[in-house]
Amino acid sequence: MTATTHEEHHDEIPTGIKRWLFTTNHKDIGTMYLWFSFIMLLIGGLFALVIRAELFQPGMQVVDPNFFNMMTTLHGLVMVFGAIMPAFVGLANWQIPLMVGAPDMALPRMNNWSFWILPFAGFMLLAPMFVGGNFASGQGPAFGWTFYEPLSGQYDKLVFFVFAVHLLGFSSIMGSINIIATILNMRAPGMTLMKMPMFVWTWLITAFLLIAVMPVLAGVVTMMLTDKYFGTSFFDAAGGGDPVLFQHVFWFFGHPEVYIMILPAFGVVSEIIPTFARKKLFGYASMVYATASIAFLSFIVWAHHMFTVGMPVAGELYFMYATVLIAVPTGVKVFNWISTMYRGSMTYEIPMLWALCFVILFTIGGFSGLMLGVAPADFQYHDTYFVVAHFHYVLVSGSLFGLFAGVYYWLPKWTGNMYSNGLAQLHFWLSTIAMNLTFFPMHFTGLAGMPRRYADYPLQFTEFNVMSSVGAFMFGFSQLIFLWLVIKTIKGGEKATDRVWEGSHGLEWTIPSPAPYHSFTTAPEVK
Amino acid sequence: MKDLTSANRRVVFKTVAVTLMMFGFGFALVPLYSLVCQAFGLNGQTQRITETTLLQMPVDKTRKITVRMDANTNTRLPWQFQANQREVSIHPGEMTRVSYSARNLSGSDVTGQAIYSVTPNEAAMYFKKTDCFCFKRQLLKSGEEKEMPVVFVVDKDLPADITNIVLSYTFMRADKYVSKGETATN
Ligand SMILES: [Cu+2]
Repeated sequence: MTATTHEEHHDEIPTGIKRWLFTTNHKDIGTMYLWFSFIMLLIGGLFALVIRAELFQPGMQVVDPNFFNMMTTLHGLVMVFGAIMPAFVGLANWQIPLMVGAPDMALPRMNNWSFWILPFAGFMLLAPMFVGGNFASGQGPAFGWTFYEPLSGQYDKLVFFVFAVHLLGFSSIMGSINIIATILNMRAPGMTLMKMPMFVWTWLITAFLLIAVMPVLAGVVTMMLTDKYFGTSFFDAAGGGDPVLFQHVFWFFGHPEVYIMILPAFGVVSEIIPTFARKKLFGYASMVYATASIAFLSFIVWAHHMFTVGMPVAGELYFMYATVLIAVPTGVKVFNWISTMYRGSMTYEIPMLWALCFVILFTIGGFSGLMLGVAPADFQYHDTYFVVAHFHYVLVSGSLFGLFAGVYYWLPKWTGNMYSNGLAQLHFWLSTIAMNLTFFPMHFTGLAGMPRRYADYPLQFTEFNVMSSVGAFMFGFSQLIFLWLVIKTIKGGEKATDRVWEGSHGLEWTIPSPAPYHSFTTAPEVK
Repeated sequence: MKDLTSANRRVVFKTVAVTLMMFGFGFALVPLYSLVCQAFGLNGQTQRITETTLLQMPVDKTRKITVRMDANTNTRLPWQFQANQREVSIHPGEMTRVSYSARNLSGSDVTGQAIYSVTPNEAAMYFKKTDCFCFKRQLLKSGEEKEMPVVFVVDKDLPADITNIVLSYTFMRADKYVSKGETATN
């Protein structure tokens, strides 16, 4: 077995580019995932800034409408598939083996492939934008990140898009299989399923969601491909197909997808809050069951994205009640976090600030989600900026803040150095203020009827859009502080202790900081 | 070590099976969707009847409903397509004939397929047709113009609260669905 040969040159860390190309080390791969996703965050953020620059004032100033549409589309796709999802896989790669006391991921070589597919997928997605050499006349996808038929079917470079999605799917599925195998087979002796850290639990459930719905996404883009190039008509009404079918299949993937992007963040926050409240996580078992219920419910609510397509009333009612039901397990989680903090000896280190902010702001996003889940109300909100406000509250102050919380929590363990508190405070406060400045006004423009995905708007929306644009630029530039902080921490700083945080608990804090290249080569015992 | 390898292999085998199953499930949603639509009469399934049946249907002279005609052309189809009358006022159960007209603006022969829908949804199952240009693909020679009739009846069982119905057509380009040897209606 390779593992035995591995043992022999145990302490050598390969150097140069080959280390990164051929690595099977979970820490290296985790690092690459995190850097890749951060680069994608900056690219997707740049696209967002183009959008906000255009919407700074009414009228057309910066780009033409097609380019604007391309920006909204690619911003969404890059953030969802390039930034948020790979970032969580990066966290999983770093942390899951450390948290379950395993020497590495179960299938290290597949792990290498799942990462290295990603840059190619990103390239396929973005390449059409540069066709023609002239940026302004780029031919990137411009049909919205949800790529609804029949519009998307009329896109000339559809094949690039379809293969990009296929590659992303392969990457996520391989990553998930690896995570499932690691969690099921590689736990340290004594660590039963119900003793696993919450982050590991949420990722186990997320991985199952991924292998269940990424194939459906692959299926739907395959149908688009055969419709366009091989004469089938799944979605083309002229040949007997139905574009509404597209929406059903897409959202069958799409709704679980939003939980794929938030469940690991729930896990991160469930690790951090007990550490800084110095209490055990309140209601551990109910947290596990709530996560599983959310995952189950996510499969049967998809049509709440389609209330306005013309469903029969019975369908609207069913999807409305099922959707609103998700608030119950989500509420369980929020109350458990609050109960964990209740009478705890709380301190407000950087990870805790992000986690607290997550709880508050994610809940705001949850509430606007409830409003959108109510079918008759949704007819008013559908495709307005209210929806944009909602999903940015759950994806920026939810998923992204969860990621920041996790990075700030584990960065000292990864690098062996503490980061600069001043810079971190600056990053946190600027991001939080800017995030709210950007997205809170969108609730109002949305309720007032401003539709999403337009490059222009009527005069009465100007003030709120100015606020959003100012906030967006602030938010964008504060991420450079984060970049600077991370580089600084890698290079040096105050040495971190093994436990890093006074109240930390769990296997990852029992190994030295920085985490050695090979850890847990002999499995720890969990009591 | 041996145990771990085989345990991993089992996990991979099962998860790959789930993956393949779900890929298949995505495609299974296609027939499932049409089954559900048919079972519940959703999605403007054409209610087609013969002329004899139509003439035997009772007429409700006590009320009148308005049927508005709407015409749309997909951007990929170089046709001009419109309704020849904006609306008709009819009794439920009464046989009605309206017409649309289409003209091929391009320099080549083009086949189109009209897709129809009835609004409100609840009215769709009461809206029955004996003849419609949407039953078949339509071929228009370059520059050709054609009148396209629709013969329909609105069943007298139509719920009383529905007083307005919109009959809407969208013409789509269908050249690629015309198989060799087959000729579209001319
Ligand atoms: Cu949803």
